[in-house]
Amino acid sequence: MAVYKFKTPMSEEEIRKLKVNDVLYVSGTMFTARDQAHKRALEYFKRGKTLPLNLEGLTVFHCGPIVKKKDDRWIIVAAGPTTSTRMEIFEDEFIKNFKVRVIIGKGGMGKRTTEAMAKYGAVYGAFTGGAAILAARAIKSVKSVEWLDLGMPEAMWILEVEEFGPLTVAIDSHGNNLFMEVQKNVEENKEIIYHKLGLSP
Amino acid sequence: MDPNLGFPTTIRTKHKVRVISASIDHKLIKKRGTLVGTSNIVENVAFNLIKQAVIYLPEDVKQALRKACAEETSEAGKTQLKAILDNIDLAEKYQAPICQDTGTIIFYIKAGAKAKDLDKIEEALMKATKRATVEVPIRPNAVNPFTQKNSGDNTGRLIPWINWEIVPGEDIEMTVLPKGGGAENVCVMGMLVPGEGITGVKKFVVDAVMKAGAKPCPPNILGVGIGGGSDIAMKIAKKALLRPLNVPNPDPEMAKLEKEILEAVNMTGIGPMGLGGKTTVLSVNIDYAYRHPASYPAAVAFNCWASRRATARINADETVEYLIHKVE
Repeated sequence: MAVYKFKTPMSEEEIRKLKVNDVLYVSGTMFTARDQAHKRALEYFKRGKTLPLNLEGLTVFHCGPIVKKKDDRWIIVAAGPTTSTRMEIFEDEFIKNFKVRVIIGKGGMGKRTTEAMAKYGAVYGAFTGGAAILAARAIKSVKSVEWLDLGMPEAMWILEVEEFGPLTVAIDSHGNNLFMEVQKNVEENKEIIYHKLGLSP
Repeated sequence: MDPNLGFPTTIRTKHKVRVISASIDHKLIKKRGTLVGTSNIVENVAFNLIKQAVIYLPEDVKQALRKACAEETSEAGKTQLKAILDNIDLAEKYQAPICQDTGTIIFYIKAGAKAKDLDKIEEALMKATKRATVEVPIRPNAVNPFTQKNSGDNTGRLIPWINWEIVPGEDIEMTVLPKGGGAENVCVMGMLVPGEGITGVKKFVVDAVMKAGAKPCPPNILGVGIGGGSDIAMKIAKKALLRPLNVPNPDPEMAKLEKEILEAVNMTGIGPMGLGGKTTVLSVNIDYAYRHPASYPAAVAFNCWASRRATARINADETVEYLIHKVE
């Protein structure tokens, strides 16, 4: 296990250094995107429409934050990760089209994302579910918010972050997926557990 | 960490009850026995309980997480546990909810049969929940299942849910359990085969944990309810989540079963946040009811690592004691 501290924009070369189980902290520009923002961004791409921000080399955070407005400034109150599997249907195209390098969420992602990450050079960083204040503290400012018509949780919040983490690299750009490994392990352990408890499968 | 941080309103003595109520109205509190006065105390105490629960984890949960962090051998799992402990400290320091999902608000009320104004408690709990939504703040989590509209204040038909118990005496004991959605989504209830007995329960629980995987934000606390009926099994399972993790089951046979299931589920390898490790579950809390000869209901209520709960007792003389979040 190694610890890395990266700053956006990140290059493919940098990302390829990371292996599953490594710990990563990212600084620079991060944006939130859940189901609706992923969908809209891909629609924009299809129609040749420019996105509000060049996403290349940036960090995507699967998160619907609690944000409050104080005077003219947005302040992030709590910003824990949401379940990433919902974005599995979009993420491979998202990585391919926009060259994002780090995707942050909880619960892991599937085969399609793992393959896209290997092909185009991106990683999945698992952030601790529920650790909303740890996340909010690393967010230094809200640079802007786009697509607020989607609602507070689904909008694209563009954030300036400093050493956001710790992120456990759970999918690397070499085809390794820690969640899938754990799942395989659990299946193997099932028999041992059943045996110990005197259960028939 | 000072557990009293930011809670000048948490009180134990009658004198300080006035402190807590200062922002409301002194006079109302003094009207012992009047409807307005008592329900106001209930509202204030319920508000404090929600606030305490979402910001501070009970000491027994923190201890279990610290122990798990010290003993976890998986690197990824340890990283997660460290982040959890850091987050707990930061939430206390910055007086902010531990997790952005502040859950569905569930109350457990032990009402003394001779306590006054019991009919006003429900309204007071509603008011406290609405106030907490704005003032703590907690996330609005009450959605109409037909229109999908969020009420915006954590209340709605039957929500917050209140579990009532009538006990002897004049005191009112109130507990709040803010129940997060991720762990709630993997709760299961099954009508097992009576002939399989406890063996069937063991399989049911282990299978539920393996199926849940990373989803309920492990390490989890499991409430297991056995017997009664389909609804009763889940009710006692969820209530079992309130038992402190350092309090063993008073029934030695059940304590043994809890230990056996705990060891088994921690052999799955799911680990903290599903990233692998030996800490998948912190505690298995079992309770039971007698069953129908033909039925064997069993239920597993999952709670996430942010296993939040807070309890207070309002004594007959209107003094208030906070029983989980000790403050001096």
